[in-house]
Amino acid sequence: MIPLIGLVVGIVLGLLLEPTLPTVLQPYLPIAIVAALDALFGAFRAYLEGTFTDRVFVVSFVSNVLIAALIVWVGDQIGVGSQLSTGVVVVLGIRIFTNVAAIRRVLFHA
Amino acid sequence: MPDAPRATSRRLAALARARARIVEPGSDGTPGGPSSEERPVPPPRPGVWRRIGLAALRPGRSQVVAAVVLCLLGMAGVMQVRTNDSGDAYRTARREDLVQILDGLGVESRRLEAEVAELQSTKARLQSGADTQRVAREDASRRVQELGILAGTAPAHGPGIRIRISDPQEKVDANVLLDAVEELRDAGAEVIEVNDSSRVVASTWFGNDGTTLLVDGVPLERPLVIEAIGDPHSLEEAARFRGGIVSEITGPKIGGDVTIAQLGDVVVTSLHAPPASQYARPAAAGPTPR
Repeated sequence: MIPLIGLVVGIVLGLLLEPTLPTVLQPYLPIAIVAALDALFGAFRAYLEGTFTDRVFVVSFVSNVLIAALIVWVGDQIGVGSQLSTGVVVVLGIRIFTNVAAIRRVLFHA
Repeated sequence: MPDAPRATSRRLAALARARARIVEPGSDGTPGGPSSEERPVPPPRPGVWRRIGLAALRPGRSQVVAAVVLCLLGMAGVMQVRTNDSGDAYRTARREDLVQILDGLGVESRRLEAEVAELQSTKARLQSGADTQRVAREDASRRVQELGILAGTAPAHGPGIRIRISDPQEKVDANVLLDAVEELRDAGAEVIEVNDSSRVVASTWFGNDGTTLLVDGVPLERPLVIEAIGDPHSLEEAARFRGGIVSEITGPKIGGDVTIAQLGDVVVTSLHAPPASQYARPAAAGPTPR
């Protein structure tokens, strides 16, 4: 319940405050969001399987976001930024699908 | 689900709980401990939904953490969506992408410029064609006017003379009239009319019916009035020269009287109706002479 409230509060805050990211960081925000989604679904899966711990969740969330952004940043530096970001999105997408499949299995036994 | 993973997960959960208790003994361990101890134990199949429901009723520290993280994620998501929506996508784009976009735009603009040039040349061509056509049409209509005057199918006006021939003995015959017309034509008369009713054209003939004069089969009443458009002075001289019309008519053979008036504007309204040619057809002519 509280996480959902947190999500809603975050969206409302984003709408009301209109925060802006520094221009330097803006190219990495989409990747970071995808990484965060991956961490989120992983956490939910772990929760359903009874292995959830908030510390692991926070650490994995932060590290996922940072590593994804870092990979893309490094890619940008060496000139393969768009390719690397595509690769990261693909990998994270696969992970998200795997996690969601596991969640679905636990919740609906299907 | 098989037994082994469940046991492992239970063990891991217990481990995590223990660690949580060690780290923060008082805060969350007591309420979270016993309840979550029971939750993994029952078989998860019927219990998953109930567990979620219970968790919703009994918030714990981990839920607060998740809430904070989700709050951040929501903000980030809104931020990104807003950036995307603002249409200012180029601000966040990479340099290579921008170069590619610029390249594409350059190619596109070159293509469009070529198209513009082509269309403009087409437009110029069409315009000049239309101009040519307009000039040709004006020229043709002017020629129609001129030819109409020449053929007697169009009314005309202009400077000229009026010759009035009174002939009490009615001795002016077709020959005299023909001479008069020929003299006037020689002097440059462009339009000739007899008695305000008969236009003299190329096919006009004069004849006698007793003492009555005929023009194109129409009898003329006396006195005769000949109107001619042309240079008035030349026309009058052509009529008056020695041995010309005037001296012939006023001579003893005819004994008539001639008055000539030079007019600034002679109006000729009588028309000649040309019969439709029965045999002759227009042939494809060369360029019209100007």
